[in-house]
Amino acid sequence: MKLKKRTVVIVTLVAVLALIGAACSSDSGGGDDFRVAIVAPSASNDLAFTQSIVDAANMLVEDGVIGEVAITDGTFVVEDAAVAIRGYANDGYDLVIAHGSQYGGSLQEIAPDFPETAFAWGTAADTFGLPNVYAYEAASDQGGRVMGIMAAALSANNNVGVVGPIEVGDAKLYVDGFKAGVLIQKPDATVNVNYIDSFSDVALAAEAAQSLIGNGADVMSGTAQMTVGAVGVAKTDGVLWFGTQSNQTSLAPDIVVASQVYHWEHILEEIVNNVVDGTLGGEIYAITFANDGLVIEYNDAFDLPDDVKQLGDDAVDQFKSEG
Amino acid sequence: MTIDLTHRQRRLIAYSIPVLAVIAALLFGAIMLVLLGANPIEGYGEMFVGAFGSGDALVSTILKATPLLLVGVGIVIAFRANVINIGAEGQMVLGGLFATIAALYLPSMPAILMIPLVMCAGLLGGAFWGFIPGILKAQYRVNEILSTIMLNIVAVQLMNYLLRGPLIDPREVELGTRIPQTERLAEAADLPIIFGDRLHIGPILAVLAAIACYYLLWRTPIGYELRAVGLSEHSANYAGIKVKRTITLALTLSGALAGLAGAVLVFGSESHRMVTDGSTIGFTGSAGFNGIVAALFGGLHPLWTIPASFLFGGLIVGGQALQRAVQVPSALIIALNGLVVVFVVAADRYRSKLLSYDRTEEDVEGDPHKEPLMGSSYDAAPGLTHSFDQEDNS
Amino acid sequence: MSDFFTLAVFIGVIASAIRLAVPLLLAALGETFGQRSGVLNLGVDGIMLLGAFAGYYAVLKTGSPWAGLAAAGIVGLVFGVISAVIAVTLQAEQGISGIGIYLFGLGMSDLLFQKLVGTPIPIETFPVVEIPLLSSIPWIGEMFFQHSIPVYLAFLAVPLATFVINRTTFGMNIRAVGEYPEAADSLGVSVNGVRYMTQMIGGTLAGLAGGVLAISLGIFQQNLTNAAGFIAIALVYFGAWRPMGVMLGALLFGFVNAVVLELKTLDVIPRELSNLAAMLPAIITILALVFVARRFRAPAALTKPFTRAD
Repeated sequence: MKLKKRTVVIVTLVAVLALIGAACSSDSGGGDDFRVAIVAPSASNDLAFTQSIVDAANMLVEDGVIGEVAITDGTFVVEDAAVAIRGYANDGYDLVIAHGSQYGGSLQEIAPDFPETAFAWGTAADTFGLPNVYAYEAASDQGGRVMGIMAAALSANNNVGVVGPIEVGDAKLYVDGFKAGVLIQKPDATVNVNYIDSFSDVALAAEAAQSLIGNGADVMSGTAQMTVGAVGVAKTDGVLWFGTQSNQTSLAPDIVVASQVYHWEHILEEIVNNVVDGTLGGEIYAITFANDGLVIEYNDAFDLPDDVKQLGDDAVDQFKSEG
Repeated sequence: MTIDLTHRQRRLIAYSIPVLAVIAALLFGAIMLVLLGANPIEGYGEMFVGAFGSGDALVSTILKATPLLLVGVGIVIAFRANVINIGAEGQMVLGGLFATIAALYLPSMPAILMIPLVMCAGLLGGAFWGFIPGILKAQYRVNEILSTIMLNIVAVQLMNYLLRGPLIDPREVELGTRIPQTERLAEAADLPIIFGDRLHIGPILAVLAAIACYYLLWRTPIGYELRAVGLSEHSANYAGIKVKRTITLALTLSGALAGLAGAVLVFGSESHRMVTDGSTIGFTGSAGFNGIVAALFGGLHPLWTIPASFLFGGLIVGGQALQRAVQVPSALIIALNGLVVVFVVAADRYRSKLLSYDRTEEDVEGDPHKEPLMGSSYDAAPGLTHSFDQEDNS
Repeated sequence: MSDFFTLAVFIGVIASAIRLAVPLLLAALGETFGQRSGVLNLGVDGIMLLGAFAGYYAVLKTGSPWAGLAAAGIVGLVFGVISAVIAVTLQAEQGISGIGIYLFGLGMSDLLFQKLVGTPIPIETFPVVEIPLLSSIPWIGEMFFQHSIPVYLAFLAVPLATFVINRTTFGMNIRAVGEYPEAADSLGVSVNGVRYMTQMIGGTLAGLAGGVLAISLGIFQQNLTNAAGFIAIALVYFGAWRPMGVMLGALLFGFVNAVVLELKTLDVIPRELSNLAAMLPAIITILALVFVARRFRAPAALTKPFTRAD
C-alpha cells in the first residue's frame, strides 16, 4: 500500500518540520512601545493610496508616538488580508490597521475574536457597532472640488479630463468632487471622465489620457496608482495635472499644479492616544480640510497665477469654516 | 547514463528529489533574505510555525489549500484528457457569482437545503465557464489556451460589473462608499464550522471531490474515455470515442470544480460576502493558477493532490507569516513561491529521467496504484496541446 | 455619439491602437519562435516585468532610453536561457514551469523596484521620430509615421520574423524541430540547440517588450505589464503561429481597447456598463477567431520535450 506509506512519510516530515519551526520561532517581544501593523492592498511606494498611510505611520514613528510599524502591502486578495490581520492581532500588535475598503467584511468577523486589540478600518464609515473597531475615511471630494475649481480656471479650452480606475469607493468620491468643482467654476465646461476599469493597467491609463487630450483637455486629474501613466502623457503633451492621495509633484515637476495629500497622521495619532487611554474603537474619523487631514500641496516650481490660487484658497477656507 | 539502482533506491530518490528541490529554492530565498537584512533561520522558522506550528496555523493552511485542491482536482481531470485549463481563475469567479446570486435570490430555507443548492450553483457557474472554451474548441477549433485566457478577463469584468451594480450591498449605496461587495449573504448558506471558529466543511467537500474524481477517472466509462483521449486521440477516435465531446466534457468538469472552489471561497470566507477590489486576482487569490501547481505537484493523481495542496497551501501561508515576522516586502514571497514552483517542477522531470527505464506499460494502462502520471517517459505520452484539429471526426 | 465618427478621432484611435499593440507584438513574436520550435513558455509576463525593470533602472541611472532598451534585452536574453535550461534541458512540465517563472519575475521586479528605487522617479522616454515625407501624408502620416523608434522596429520585426522562419535554414530547422523532432534529429539538427536559440530569441523579445513598455510610459510600477504577457501568449494561438497573424491579433486587441477608451472619453458608454465595455477586447478576440476560417494547427511537438531514444 504505497499510498499509505508515502502519506506516513509526508506526515512525519511535516511534523518534524513543525517541531523544528516551533523550536526556532522567536519570542515576540512586547516592550513598552506601541506596536502598529498595517495591511494594505497595493505597494507601499505606489505614490497613492497605500503610500499615504505608510507615510503617516512612519511620521508617527519619527515623532515617537508609535514604537514600531509592521507592514504587509500588496495584499489585494481579501482572504489573504484576513489572515494577515489575524496574524498581527495574534502577535500582540496594539493597533492593526486594515487599510482597504474591501477588508471590512472580514474585519467584522475578526475583531470580536481579539477584544484586546484595536483595529482601524479605512477608507470606510462603519464600525459595525464593535467596541474595538475604528473607521476612517478621506473626504476626498473636498479636495476634488477645490482642485476642480482651479482646474477650470486654468483651462484655456474649458475642457478638463479625468482618468479613473474603477468607479468605486474613494476613487468615485474624488472624481465626483472634482467634476463638481470644475462645473461650479465654469458651468459650460466640458468634463470628460474616463474610468479605465483597472487599478493597475498603466498603459491603458496613458492611452486614456491621450484620448482625453485628443478630445481637447488641457488640464487633467486622476486617482489611483495607475495614473502615473496618465501623468507621463500629460508631461509629454504639456497638459496640466492635479494629483490626489499623495504629492505627485515629483512625477512631472513642470506640469503638476497641486496635489490633495492625505495626511492621516493627525487622526492616526488620535486613534493611538485613544487606544493607550483604553478606548479601542467605536469612532469614525474623516480627514478634511477643517482638521488639516487634507492639505493641498502646491508645486512651488509651477507658476500658478495668484487669482487662481485665490480661488483655491477660498474654496479651502469655505470647507474649513463649514466644518 | 545507466545507473544500477535497486527498487528501494529508486523509491528513495523519487521521494527525496522534490524535497531537495524545495530546499534548494529556499536556499536561494535565504540568500535574498540575507541581502534584505533579514535572518533566514528566524524567517524560515516563522514560516514553518506560521504554516504548521499551531492549531490556528494548520487551520489557515487547510483553508488556503481547499480551493487549491478543488481547482487541482479539476485540472487533473483536464490534464488526463490532455487539455490545459488555464481558465480556472475565471471559472472560480463564475462559480462564486452563480452561488452568490443563488443565495441572494433563493427563498429562505434551512441550511440543509440551502447549502447544497448554493454549492450546486457554484458547480454550474464554473461548468458553464468551462463549457464555453470546450464548445469553442470542439465546434470552432478555437484553441483553449487563447479562449481561457480571454475568458478570465471577461469573468473579472463581469464580476466587477455585478458587484458594483446589480448585486451591490444596499448599505454601500446608502453610505456612499460603494465598495464592490454584496451584502452579508444568508446565514443559512454559511458553510458550517466543524472545528474552532474558522474551519468549515469546505476542506471535506474538497477531499470528497478528490475521491469522486478518482472513481470517475478509473472506475467509470466516462473516466476511461477521458484518459483514452488523453493518451492518444487517434486511438481513442479509432475505438469509437467521441473525442471532441470528451474534450468539452473535460473542460466542463474541470470548470465545475473550479466553480465549486469559488463558491466555497465566498461562503466559507470570514465576511460571508462576495467581495473584490476590482483587480484580476482580488477574488481568487490566484488559486486558479496555484491549483495547476498543486495538481502537478500531486503527479496529476487526484488523491495525491490532497497532500500536495496541503503542502503548497502551507508554503503560501507560511510565506505570508514569514513576511510579517521579518518584515520583508511581500514581493519577496511571490518571487520565492515562483522559485519553489520552478525548482520542484524542473526536478520532477529530472527525477523521472533518472527513473525512466523503470517505466513501462503501466502508465499507458493508467493503473492508479502505481506512480503518478508525472514522471512517465514523455516519449510515449502525448503532448499537452492538441493537434487534432485537422480531423473532422466529432 | 456622432462625435465619435470624426476623422480626428479615427486617427487618434489608430495611433493609440498601435502604441498599445507594440509590447504585445514584441512579446508575442518572441513566443512565436519558441512555440514554433515546440516550446511553450508561460513565463513571458515574468520576463517582460524583469526586462521592464531593467530598462527602467538603466534609464534612471544613465539617462539614455537606448541604454535602457539594451539592458532590457540583455536581461530578457538571460532569462530566455534560464527558461531554456528549465524547459529543454531539465524537461520540466511546460504547462506550469512557466508559471513559476512568471511568479518569480512578478515578485523580483517589484522587490528590486522597492529596494533600489523606492518612491517612483520618472525617466526619459523615447522621442517621437517623424519619418520624413511619409509623416506629412494627411491622416496616414499621423496614424502611422509619427511614433517612436521602437514602434517602427517592432513592426519591422514582423516581416523579418516571417522571413527568418520561412526562408532561412535556421527557420526551417525551427519548424522541423517543432513538427518532427525525431526526424530533424536524425538529419543532424540539434533539436535542443534550436530550442535554446528560440528561447533566447523569445526571452530577448519579451525583455524588450517590457523595456519598451516601461520606457514609453516613463515609469515603473508593481505589475506594470498587468498580465500583458499572457495576452501575448494567447495572441500566438490567435495568429496561428505566423508573425503576420500575431501582428493582426495584437493590432485587433489594441484597436478594440482604443475604441472603448475613446467611447468612454466621449461619454457614449453609460457608467454602469463600463465594465461590460472593458470585456470587449477579450470577447472580440475570441469572436474573430470563431469567424475566421482556420487552416493552421499547432506545431505537433509543442510542449513535448525531446530525448533522443537510446
